[in-house]
Amino acid sequence: MEKKDEKERNIFERAEEFLQVFKKGAEFTQELLRTNEQLRYRVLQLEEENKSLKSSPKIPDKQYEELAKQIEALKQEREEINKRIKEIENENRDFAQRYVEVEEENNNLANLYIASYQLHSTLDFKEVLQIILEIIINLIGAEEFGIFLLDEKTHELKIMASEGIDETQVPSVTMGVGTIGRVAKSGEPYFMEDISDPSKINWLNPMVAIPLKIKEHVIGVIVIYKLLQQKKNFTPLDHELFTLLAGHAATAIFSSKLYSESERKLSTIQGFIDLLTK
Amino acid sequence: MDEYKILIVEDSPTMRQLIAFSLKRLKNIKIVEASDGVDGLKKLSQDTFNLIITDINMPVMDGLKLVSLIRKDAVYKSVPIFIITTEGGQEDRERAMALGANAYITKPISGPQVLEMVKSYLNIK
Repeated sequence: MEKKDEKERNIFERAEEFLQVFKKGAEFTQELLRTNEQLRYRVLQLEEENKSLKSSPKIPDKQYEELAKQIEALKQEREEINKRIKEIENENRDFAQRYVEVEEENNNLANLYIASYQLHSTLDFKEVLQIILEIIINLIGAEEFGIFLLDEKTHELKIMASEGIDETQVPSVTMGVGTIGRVAKSGEPYFMEDISDPSKINWLNPMVAIPLKIKEHVIGVIVIYKLLQQKKNFTPLDHELFTLLAGHAATAIFSSKLYSESERKLSTIQGFIDLLTK
Repeated sequence: MDEYKILIVEDSPTMRQLIAFSLKRLKNIKIVEASDGVDGLKKLSQDTFNLIITDINMPVMDGLKLVSLIRKDAVYKSVPIFIITTEGGQEDRERAMALGANAYITKPISGPQVLEMVKSYLNIK
């Protein structure tokens, strides 16, 4: 009896296994059918594509080569243009820089022209001194400074005009003595190396001393003690203005002095003539 | 094209000439010069100006007084005023701007800089 039951159970188990295998086979068959369907569809698609490619106009090989050449030429042309644009951009930058330099040069020349024009615009001694002061304040940017002139009799330099300082406090300077005296004697300008330290500056030791020269003959010295607070150092234009002042201011001072003296003498002579002819 | 009239109020002939020289590069520009604040007011009453440039330290009437008087005049309420001065302190600058100045330039000036500022305020290209 037991053997019979075991046999039946084995039969059922085997039937079950068979059913499983059969199911898997059915699923596999279904999968194959689906894949087959997809492949058919793809084949149809490819056939269609092939048809459309065959119907489109074919570019002849020669024309294709021509077009390829043209594309290559255009690429080269584009590279050339890009290169030229870069060159032009660089040129423009150079021109802009040059323009700034020319503007600066123009400004400097305008300053020098106006300073020179003003210096020689009058023969009045006091006006000439006033113009020199104006140039030093407005064009150079000095706050405290003076003009020393040489007294030919005493050989001393005396302050004749100034700005921002009390002239009574400024001592006369002997030729060859101190910074101002040495500048007057040598005829060489003096520039203090470090102008940021005001403790080194005093009446006899200024930051700048410019000799007023007619050829090699020194008639005075322009002395700067302090710059305007916004003016931190000297520019190349300032040095050109100093050079201009050294020559032109000296000539203007000398001419105006001579003119004043001749005017005075003429007036005296005229007085005598008037007395004699009355 | 319109003519632009600029008044320069400055006691130093050197500075007047320098400013005028810089501005004369503009086309259609008329420059009138005045030697102090009072002279400036006189010139302002004789003509209508598009821009005024003034110094601060001047005899008779200084530039700050001039600016305050100009701003009280309805005709010149919005006309640009430039101050060109040796006074480089922040207080001076603030005072001038508070009174109605549009620009504050310290000496020594750069001609091209003044020219560019004038062009900018007058919308000249």
